[in-house]
Amino acid sequence: MAKGIREIKRQIKSKQNTRQITKAMEMVAASKLKRAQNNAEASRPYADKIREVAFSVAAGSKGIQHPMLQVREVKRTGYLVLTSDRGLAGGFNANVLRKALTTIRARHKSTDEYAVFVVGRKGKDFFKRRNIPVFDEVTGLSDSPTFADIKQLASSAVQNFIDGSYDELYVIYNQFHNALTQTPIEKKLLPLEQTESGGNAISSYEYEPSAEGVLEVLLPKYAETVIFSAVLESKASEFGARMTAMGSATKNASKMIAELTLSYNRARQAAITQEISEIVAGANALN
Amino acid sequence: MSTFLLEIVTPERIVYTQNVRMITVEGVEGQLGILPNHIPFVTPLKIAPASIKLENGKNESVALNGGFMEVRKDKVVILAESAELPSDIDIERAKAAKERAEKRLSGKKDEADFKRAELSLKRALTRIGVHEHR
Repeated sequence: MAKGIREIKRQIKSKQNTRQITKAMEMVAASKLKRAQNNAEASRPYADKIREVAFSVAAGSKGIQHPMLQVREVKRTGYLVLTSDRGLAGGFNANVLRKALTTIRARHKSTDEYAVFVVGRKGKDFFKRRNIPVFDEVTGLSDSPTFADIKQLASSAVQNFIDGSYDELYVIYNQFHNALTQTPIEKKLLPLEQTESGGNAISSYEYEPSAEGVLEVLLPKYAETVIFSAVLESKASEFGARMTAMGSATKNASKMIAELTLSYNRARQAAITQEISEIVAGANALN
Repeated sequence: MSTFLLEIVTPERIVYTQNVRMITVEGVEGQLGILPNHIPFVTPLKIAPASIKLENGKNESVALNGGFMEVRKDKVVILAESAELPSDIDIERAKAAKERAEKRLSGKKDEADFKRAELSLKRALTRIGVHEHR
């Protein structure tokens, strides 16, 4: 009996250790989430502005031919999948990778028909295991990524589209709703779809050197910015997911500890009762 | 004296918002001075310092790394990949970057490398220039 008690005690101890870790991770994720949200917020003015200018230029000068606005026949599709480097974030990576894989499997038959760009070690390993060739990758991204960190990936994704390596580009990432909910979404990035809204309000710009020249620099920048915002949003989602996952892990650990403590106390009481009855029985036998 | 609102925005944050009298930048076609009530105008910018004339008549410079300028009647917005005020510049780092880029330029002749080194040299020189000019 005594051994059973010690066993339970050991289990309690181990759960307590686990709870300590998950609790710490939860708090770390919570503070990083705050920062990631601030970063995402801070990037918004730039993205909004560049979008506004890009579309007013494009709308103000109809008939401009730019490779990034052209809808071509789709022979090959590019996918940019955003994941994290580390796990322990609930369904964060699994959801986005499942979405990416089902999309690719449903649309394509051979590996020639698509190219995959990936951010995060989890995604890289996932595609490698499934023999899906990875075109380019970024791992070891910091928790609050700067524009320079992803610039190379973004411009290579955009450049390959311009060069005609593929004819459309999708971004697949976790969209951040709040700390509890993140949904994997697929967003078409290229070719850029021209929206009609608000184009003519400020279309009377002068351009230097020319509208085409401006678009040539502006559109790739716009696409890179969209990728950057997606990365920031994915980071925020990662921390949200981790915070939630670790929160429920902590809760589960507490529950298990409570149950184990109960059975520990029961076992201890049983042992005491047994000891007493043994002593009483021994005393009775002497009489 | 009339002024206009100048905003400098990077993907990471809004670097600068202030009413100013004039801004001088390097556009791709050459140097431009923008005063209030300029006609609406858009141009890409070079990697170069921009100098700003403040309301109180003082001058300030900002290191701009690529980007755009959008001019409206009463507002100028600069969208740059990075922008630093003199106080934000890490001069040691800029000097190190300059040396590294120079070494690379004198060394290999691979075209992509060459271009990258050239750009980073330009960035470093801009930063050093702005830092010394304050």
